Amino acid sequence: MATIRLQREDFDAAAEAAKLTRGRSDIGAVVTFAGVCRDHEAGHGVAALTLEHYPGMAEEEIARHVAEAEKRWPLLGVTVIHRYGRMVPGDNIVLVVTCSAHRAAAFAAAEFLMDYLKTRAPFWKQEERAGATAWVDPKDTDDAAAERWEQTGRRDAAE
Amino acid sequence: MSVTLRYFAWVRERIGKTEEVVELPAGLRTVGDLVAWLAGRGEEYAHAFENPKVVRAAIDRTHVRPDAAIGQAREIAFFPPMTGG
Repeated sequence: MATIRLQREDFDAAAEAAKLTRGRSDIGAVVTFAGVCRDHEAGHGVAALTLEHYPGMAEEEIARHVAEAEKRWPLLGVTVIHRYGRMVPGDNIVLVVTCSAHRAAAFAAAEFLMDYLKTRAPFWKQEERAGATAWVDPKDTDDAAAERWEQTGRRDAAE
Repeated sequence: MSVTLRYFAWVRERIGKTEEVVELPAGLRTVGDLVAWLAGRGEEYAHAFENPKVVRAAIDRTHVRPDAAIGQAREIAFFPPMTGG
């Protein structure tokens, strides 16, 4: 049921959401989250981001978390698209669309998937800033956001 | 036993390779043993693994801890903490 794609190309968030609801009348809530490349981070400017990923594992790891989300919430459709390659401020990076009969499940599942994508899916961001490049450090706030979900569910793999 | 090692992000940059096939010496049991052995293979490896606690690992595309057994792994990957999304 879920659509999971890794791609270099841009995506159309509205079109992806429409694909999940087309021809259905049981869906009452659609949450669409898009992560976008911004021009600043922690006080410095960001000229571009390059996303590296682990082909194969990235798809599998996202699929594991989508399956976990489908176990936790009554979802009626899920799409996750994560781009790789070079992106400039304003470009889309990641899309999560979740559908359910009611909003609580759709909101929670979208947040769950994003928190896990940040900390568990094998992607690495490299920033270009003022002529230099630097690998982005993980954020404690992202780890804390992902750990919240551990308290309400089982842990399926080692950190 | 030979295994494919894959490196990503700054681990890849420090080692200077995206992947390699290595013959594992007898006696390596865990991922931590493998990291210690790799760190002794040269300056670039020592640099990549200078803080082994920071480097994450996956066996056959599944996250593992340093105490995970290598077993019959075909592909072991090393990478920094993930920063996707």
